[in-house]
Amino acid sequence: MIEFRAVTKRFEDGTIAVDELDLTVEAGTITVFVGPSGCGKTTSLRMVNRMIDPTSGTILVDGKDVLSVDPPTLRRGIGYVIQQAGLFPHRTVLDNVATVPLLSGWDRRKARARAAELLEIVGLDPAFGKRYPAQLSGGQQQRVGVARALAADPPVLLMDEPFSAVDPVVREGLQDELLRLQAELDKTIVFVTHDIDEALKLGERVAVFQTGGHLAQYAKPAELLSAPANDFVASFVGRDRGYRTLTFLHADVPVHPVTTAKLGQRVTVTDWTLVVDDQDRPRGWLSGVDGEIEVSERDLIAGGSLYDGSTLRGALDAALSSPSALGVMVDDNGAVVGVVKADDVIKALAKARAAGEVPK
Amino acid sequence: MTWIFENWDRFWEVTEVHLRLSVVPVLIGFLLSIPLGWLASRSATARAILFPLANILFTIPSIALIVITPVLIGVKILDEINVIVPLTIYTIALMVRSVADALSAVPGHVTAAANAMGFRPLRRFLTVDFPLALPVTIAGLRVATVSNISMVSVGALVGLGGYGQLFTEGYQTDNPAKVFAGLIGTVVLAVLADGLLLVLGRVLTPWARAGR
Amino acid sequence: MGGWLFDPAHWSGPTGIPVRLLEHLGYTLMTLLIAAVIAIPLGAFVGHTGKGGFVVVGLSNALRALPTTAVLILVVLWAGLGDFPVYVALVLLAIPPIMAGAYAGIRAVDPVTVDAARGVGMRESGVLLKVEIPNALPLIYGGFRGAALQVVATATIAAYTGAGGLGRLVFDGLALQEFGQMLAGAVLVALLAVLVDLGFAGLQRLTVSPGLRPVGTGGKT
Repeated sequence: MIEFRAVTKRFEDGTIAVDELDLTVEAGTITVFVGPSGCGKTTSLRMVNRMIDPTSGTILVDGKDVLSVDPPTLRRGIGYVIQQAGLFPHRTVLDNVATVPLLSGWDRRKARARAAELLEIVGLDPAFGKRYPAQLSGGQQQRVGVARALAADPPVLLMDEPFSAVDPVVREGLQDELLRLQAELDKTIVFVTHDIDEALKLGERVAVFQTGGHLAQYAKPAELLSAPANDFVASFVGRDRGYRTLTFLHADVPVHPVTTAKLGQRVTVTDWTLVVDDQDRPRGWLSGVDGEIEVSERDLIAGGSLYDGSTLRGALDAALSSPSALGVMVDDNGAVVGVVKADDVIKALAKARAAGEVPK
Repeated sequence: MTWIFENWDRFWEVTEVHLRLSVVPVLIGFLLSIPLGWLASRSATARAILFPLANILFTIPSIALIVITPVLIGVKILDEINVIVPLTIYTIALMVRSVADALSAVPGHVTAAANAMGFRPLRRFLTVDFPLALPVTIAGLRVATVSNISMVSVGALVGLGGYGQLFTEGYQTDNPAKVFAGLIGTVVLAVLADGLLLVLGRVLTPWARAGR
Repeated sequence: MGGWLFDPAHWSGPTGIPVRLLEHLGYTLMTLLIAAVIAIPLGAFVGHTGKGGFVVVGLSNALRALPTTAVLILVVLWAGLGDFPVYVALVLLAIPPIMAGAYAGIRAVDPVTVDAARGVGMRESGVLLKVEIPNALPLIYGGFRGAALQVVATATIAAYTGAGGLGRLVFDGLALQEFGQMLAGAVLVALLAVLVDLGFAGLQRLTVSPGLRPVGTGGKT
């Protein structure tokens, strides 16, 4: 658990980076600090491991005042991941990961063995251990950065915009990976980002910071979307927040049957027909063909996003992005289960609201 | 210091010679290194020839180059050209790399924009590339100038003029004050020339300090 | 013209070419050692703390303007002939590039890397010794090798005040109007400079982490 008590940071030039911050980060959760640049989110994070010391106020990590511990010792017990990973370019990947165990006095063999184990945990082939950081992609470097932070098995992990320097596709993969890791490791994670989508995806609790170092709102993501504390939060979480709220609803949507056809099969198309492969995985749609045809790849109209049965947002998006207005639902193997319709999603939303499941 | 004021005429005389022997090579070398540097920034082949050549020229001791030059170009050992030629060579050796680095560092999007607006090559070089390369070029020019001013003295070891004469005469007559006067003269000249180029650079490239 | 250089008589005895070469190399290595011991800690420390950078830059520039000949002669007049004046003059020549290289090298280490070093719990000494200096090595070597070239070339002047080294060939040749001997001196100095630089390039390859080489190349020299 991390507690900020009336923490203020005023820099030498007089600017107030953090203003009277009171906030408690629960143990075993991912808490995201989000806000525009200059809002004090990074300063707040860096005060936890004393990269910056507060002007006034107290920060407690598991009940202990951080100012009572000397900085290097404190930092060895707190994992720290930063933007662009900050790997040591002159050391191999394995030695990078082994840094903190070695600093803490482990013998070299044990530290390296632990480092190799961590590479696997973060999803990297241990063969990468012999390489140097410059030989890795940005996403791989970031995984090494996470492995390095986890090496001494610290209970607390501080992550300062760790994924902002990688491209969107890789970023999404890293985010999923972090959620998977957290499910296994159960750390207390503070994650700083300026990207509200990232904050809503990762955070169990999200602290929205406002320029001038004020904490504008500290709440669960769904609550942030449905009940922003002020205009700043409302505009920061964005225009689509009604739509985004659907991410946090898991109501049932009726699933309808759909006409399917396999590639190579001879069919007469009368209505929208979903073409599937041998494993029943969707390939695309057929429509408006005269008479009987043999189904081939080039007749297909590309489909929309697939609904995996989890959130209302996924269901609605599948329906809205499908050429047939029918959202394709698939099971864990990717096989077609049926289709969902947009107006069913709206009805499900209304039902959830009536049942008080949508936070006000 | 008192030596300087008691022998002002002599001091001024060697100052003039020293200044001439150091400034002329810098000017000639600088002018020659612009086209050479441009070539090196454009062609890998030119680079592969010019850079190692410059490195090798730089390793030849100045005293050796000064004594060899007269034999190679057929003039008397006491001709001032024997200092001017070696120092010009050193200046070029230093400046080719500076100019090439400076030109290579001009952002590609700027030159692309200039091309897109219809600049012809020579005009683009004179009005876009070269001005943008000036800060790095002038930094190189400062190093070349200061090292030239210091190196001119070596010529005195074979009897040529400049502050170096004060060194050799002071050595032969066991007069440290005379050597010290020459040393002060060299350092003051170097600091003045360096400062002048620094100011010149700032005046010529006002944009380089904007937005800091 | 090359006759003097290849005359076997000039390759033996106490004033032969091998002796002069060794003397020259001795001046060079000793000078570089002394200068490095003074200049690298100074440059690295100032680079690490970020305070006093203008002192380093100012001192380097002022020393660069110092004419080596004058320093040599002044120290000879003050302390007498011998190797001591040679070392004073050459060390003063070598300090500016080495110090500037160390300072620039430390300053050029990515601030993110340094931040990470503190963040994982290194103490200031660890940050400097385990992260900043190893990453600054390419630029430290740059300054050092620049100094080495200058020292090899300038050590020639030592012979003006009667000390040894390859400069003897140049000054003796000048006194005797023996052009072949002067040329031999010049060529040997240039050759020695190239060899010394190759030696340090090898040392650099051995001591700089492969992780600092540009990606996809066999390493820069």
